Amino acid sequence: MDILTLLIVIPVLTVIGILFCKDNKQVRVVSAIGMSIQLIQSIIVVLMYFAERKAGNTSEMVFTQTYMWFSSLNIKYAIGIDGISAVMILLTGIIIFTGVFASWNVKDLSKEFFISLILLATGVFGFFISLDMFTMFLFYEVAVIPMYLLIGIWGSGPKEYSAMKLTLMLMGGSALLLVGLLGIYFNSNPAGGELTWNILEIAKVKIPIEAQRLFFPLTFVGFGVLGALFPFHTWSPDGHASAPTAVSMLHAGVLMKLGGYGCFRIAMFLMPEAANEMGWIFIILTATSVVYGAFGAVVQKDLKYINAYSSVSHCGLVLFAVLMMNKTAMDGAIMQMISHGLMTALFFALIGMIYGRTHTRIITQMGGLMKIMPFLSVCYVIAGLASLGLPGLSGFVAEMTIFVGSFQHVDTFHRIVTIIACSSIVITAVYILRVVGILLLGPVKNDEFLKLKDAEWHEKLTTVVLICAIAGIGLAPLWLSDTISTSLAPIIDKISSASIF
Amino acid sequence: MIDFGYTIWIPLIPILMFLFIGLTGHKYKPVISGYLGTLGLLTSAALSYYTAYQYFFNVGKVAGVYEKIIGFNVTWLRFTDTLHIDLGTLLDPISVMMLVVITTISLMVHIYSLGYMKGEKGFARFYAVLSLFSFSMLGLVLATNIFQMYIFWELVGVSSYLLISFYYEKPSAVAAGKKAFIVTRFADLGFLIGILMLSFITGTFDFKTLTDPNGAAIMQGGSAAFLGLSVMTWALLLIFIGGAGKSAMFPLHIWLPDAMEGPTPVSALIHAATMVVAGVYLVARLFTIFALSAPVALEIVGYVGGITSLFAAVIACTQNDIKRVLAFSTMSQIGYMMLALGVSGYGGEEGLGYMASMFHLFTHAMFKALLFLGAGAIIHAVHSNNMTDMGGLRKYLPWTNITFLIACLTIAGVPPLSGFWSKDEILVAAFEHNKFLFAIEFLVAGLTAFYMFRLYFNVFWGKDRHYHHAPHEAPPVMLFPLVFLAIASIFSGFIPFTSLVTSDGEAFHVGTEWIVAIPSVLIGLIGIAIAWIFYKKETAIPDKLASSFKLLYKGSLNKFYIDEIYLFVTKKIIFALISKPIAWFDRHVIDGFMNSIAFVTNFASEKIKGMQSGQLQQYAYVFVSGVVILAFVFIYLLKF
Repeated sequence: MDILTLLIVIPVLTVIGILFCKDNKQVRVVSAIGMSIQLIQSIIVVLMYFAERKAGNTSEMVFTQTYMWFSSLNIKYAIGIDGISAVMILLTGIIIFTGVFASWNVKDLSKEFFISLILLATGVFGFFISLDMFTMFLFYEVAVIPMYLLIGIWGSGPKEYSAMKLTLMLMGGSALLLVGLLGIYFNSNPAGGELTWNILEIAKVKIPIEAQRLFFPLTFVGFGVLGALFPFHTWSPDGHASAPTAVSMLHAGVLMKLGGYGCFRIAMFLMPEAANEMGWIFIILTATSVVYGAFGAVVQKDLKYINAYSSVSHCGLVLFAVLMMNKTAMDGAIMQMISHGLMTALFFALIGMIYGRTHTRIITQMGGLMKIMPFLSVCYVIAGLASLGLPGLSGFVAEMTIFVGSFQHVDTFHRIVTIIACSSIVITAVYILRVVGILLLGPVKNDEFLKLKDAEWHEKLTTVVLICAIAGIGLAPLWLSDTISTSLAPIIDKISSASIF
Repeated sequence: MIDFGYTIWIPLIPILMFLFIGLTGHKYKPVISGYLGTLGLLTSAALSYYTAYQYFFNVGKVAGVYEKIIGFNVTWLRFTDTLHIDLGTLLDPISVMMLVVITTISLMVHIYSLGYMKGEKGFARFYAVLSLFSFSMLGLVLATNIFQMYIFWELVGVSSYLLISFYYEKPSAVAAGKKAFIVTRFADLGFLIGILMLSFITGTFDFKTLTDPNGAAIMQGGSAAFLGLSVMTWALLLIFIGGAGKSAMFPLHIWLPDAMEGPTPVSALIHAATMVVAGVYLVARLFTIFALSAPVALEIVGYVGGITSLFAAVIACTQNDIKRVLAFSTMSQIGYMMLALGVSGYGGEEGLGYMASMFHLFTHAMFKALLFLGAGAIIHAVHSNNMTDMGGLRKYLPWTNITFLIACLTIAGVPPLSGFWSKDEILVAAFEHNKFLFAIEFLVAGLTAFYMFRLYFNVFWGKDRHYHHAPHEAPPVMLFPLVFLAIASIFSGFIPFTSLVTSDGEAFHVGTEWIVAIPSVLIGLIGIAIAWIFYKKETAIPDKLASSFKLLYKGSLNKFYIDEIYLFVTKKIIFALISKPIAWFDRHVIDGFMNSIAFVTNFASEKIKGMQSGQLQQYAYVFVSGVVILAFVFIYLLKF
């Protein structure tokens, strides 16, 4: 069996293993083992990718495999990765691994919980390795559906409402997306001949511009909903606030990245002419997301809401950079996806841990946690510093790449919008330091909190793995940046052929 | 030719210490982390001195000009083929000079803190962050390109934040840290946009290329214009905003007085000698471009410096918190340095202001650190920051008294102490280029002498206060840095800066301008004399003066209400007029729209769901009525 399919098989086997478990403990152990293997497998995939490149394989995708599974519509199980999908796979591997440890204390229906969680991850892995749009869409849905159950059953607060809202909005996005994908499919061979779902094959032809004008917005918005594109982002605060810890981690950490990845891999890559024409509309929307999300976060009181709005801002930056259509900015977009994935997962993990102890997420009800749980608090500060773009942590690298890249754009419009987006670094500092000041520093507000304990081993494992990843990228970004930009080259070639300057 | 590759270890050693102490500090006795940090810095200092010796006296000078030498360079992040962030070490007169300043002051502060911070909770944390700061500051001055400088710029910002809010259980310390970070961050936004613009115009981040007087970057200056100024001028002004934020220039200064909430040694190191001069260093680093392709920007730098130095000096005259007086004094002195850069030209004797600025930066670091450490010793003895709790301390703190007096005389510009020499050069440069700025500086020189001696007489002379227990002199570990810095303050004026640190690397000669030197010494002495009359013994004169100049006095005491203006902007405008409405808009309008879609769908389906009742009678009824109606329609209306 090829190594990419293994990425789907391992989680499925883990799910089957969980079915045979008898109690909570067994479920946890099986999940942990399964996801550890999955993490190792992700690392192996990345290493093998490097080895393949080193061996001189310069094709756009490596490890490609194709099997027909629905021949009358020419739908294939076509897989393959380039540097971008490789690093996204690694990101997913890390986050599902830490997510399992962050859910160590789930007691109710733990079997069902872990099954849904791991199924979700399966969908994500499948999405990143797919080259066939239909298969990709299928995996996308596999990833979105379990979310409904996870939030609706194991969530907190108005969980049914939030779960319903999140699912319906994402499904609305999917509906647009499906139309968009069908549109691409039916225009995939304008010269006549067999239609195809394969991204690489479609990329070789030029989809008629009229079709592009129609289907680009559909596809972009369809994926954009998942990437928290303004004004389709309101599922995010409610959904994140109600979701259990690991689900928030996976959702903000990985699932929102499917949106950005899809926008760039399908909408931009396949329809660059339309992207070039209509990009300005979406640039305005995404720049709004960036600033608006940040301002929205400044006055929130609930930790998860703060983080959800912050995600709107940071994910807005991803889509913003993708639309800039140059190599540096797109490189930054991918790095921002990874960086945001890691740091928001860390945030949600820590928020879950704090909530598990204090049973409140309202910052004004807490205070002085630094004294009570120094380990968790220091981790929170590190996450905050990563979020506000401190050099040495991943956020800085990604944001600076985006800003420098966008500012190199020849158009004055793009440069001015970049300056507006830049201003988010100040607002981010405001809301991060506000939370740190109220929540962690200052005197202890509630004496009952003095009894609380600091992190346990599984919590330490979760946070330390994530922090190492964040610092690793922040300290030595060159390998990541170069991997991504090498793989971007063919995509940029195609896109820039469309630019008429 | 020696290989300067080892210079990378000068910043690396402190960061390793930070990691080591940070990760293992809780496992052993706190004092060990203090020794470790000090030892690390001692190594860095030794390397810096060695480098300075080698650079200035052995290899730096090629054909009479000090060259820029790249000691170490490695690509850290690549944006495009021409734009990439490198990390490395750039050696030239100013960076080598800064190495000496930073490691010296930092080492003294490390030693001093062994005594000052003894027994404090978080001793290990203190030393860890102090090492982090030293690393960031050293990395900043050694930067080979402007983006590396920005990276370390942010890192010094965060270490400053961590040290200001060191006593994190105290709400005022937390607020001060937050304020410092956010204000400087706001300024850094300007810096960042400036970098983006500069790199867009010139296509490089590299300092060596940027500041080459014959290079392409300088030539780009006159290109496109925007609002009457060239794009280059705008870019440099934006970069200067970053520098003004860090260097607490008016009106971005509001964080500095509050930053005194941090432990006193921190104030000495970060908020007096090193970090706050980063803005001056930044302008000096880009001085060639400023002078050759954006003279307007340079002029603005000079005026900002002049205004700040006067503004801060006036406020310093009325403050009662000993550390705040010093903080405003720092602002004022940094204003001097900025002004000196602003009145300087490029090359030869034209570059007098540049040299004077760097000279003053050096001497100021020594005597201001001494003042702060002395203030620390006083606070250590009487457990208060407030001048009204002090008096007659000369009997109890003899060593502190002498060293503090030396520092006060130095800052007042009394010859032959170092402050006289450096301040004199600035005044000469101002005198030659801009009489208005000269007049301001001349006034400030008098004010400086006055407020420093107001402080001195109030604390060491005057009436004895009722102390809970007799104030005791600081331990030797704290006195050693005081004595060391006092010696440095006395003698550092004799360093021949004209031949070491100049704008174009070439030595030039300048004689003493008596026409400037004599009046400036005199006005300093007058300031001291007035302070003597007012404060040596308690008199009623200051109160009378205060009541006759009530408006000025109140304005000065309240720091001219700049803080209140900021508070208004942040609380009333950003929070209440932007963020709150956005949050409301998001929850009610956008989300409300999404919810209403759901509601409409729900409502509609609720209304029509009766049709799917599953009751056969109802279906039959509807079916039969339908047939009847259709038959009616077909037969009578359509007339089939």
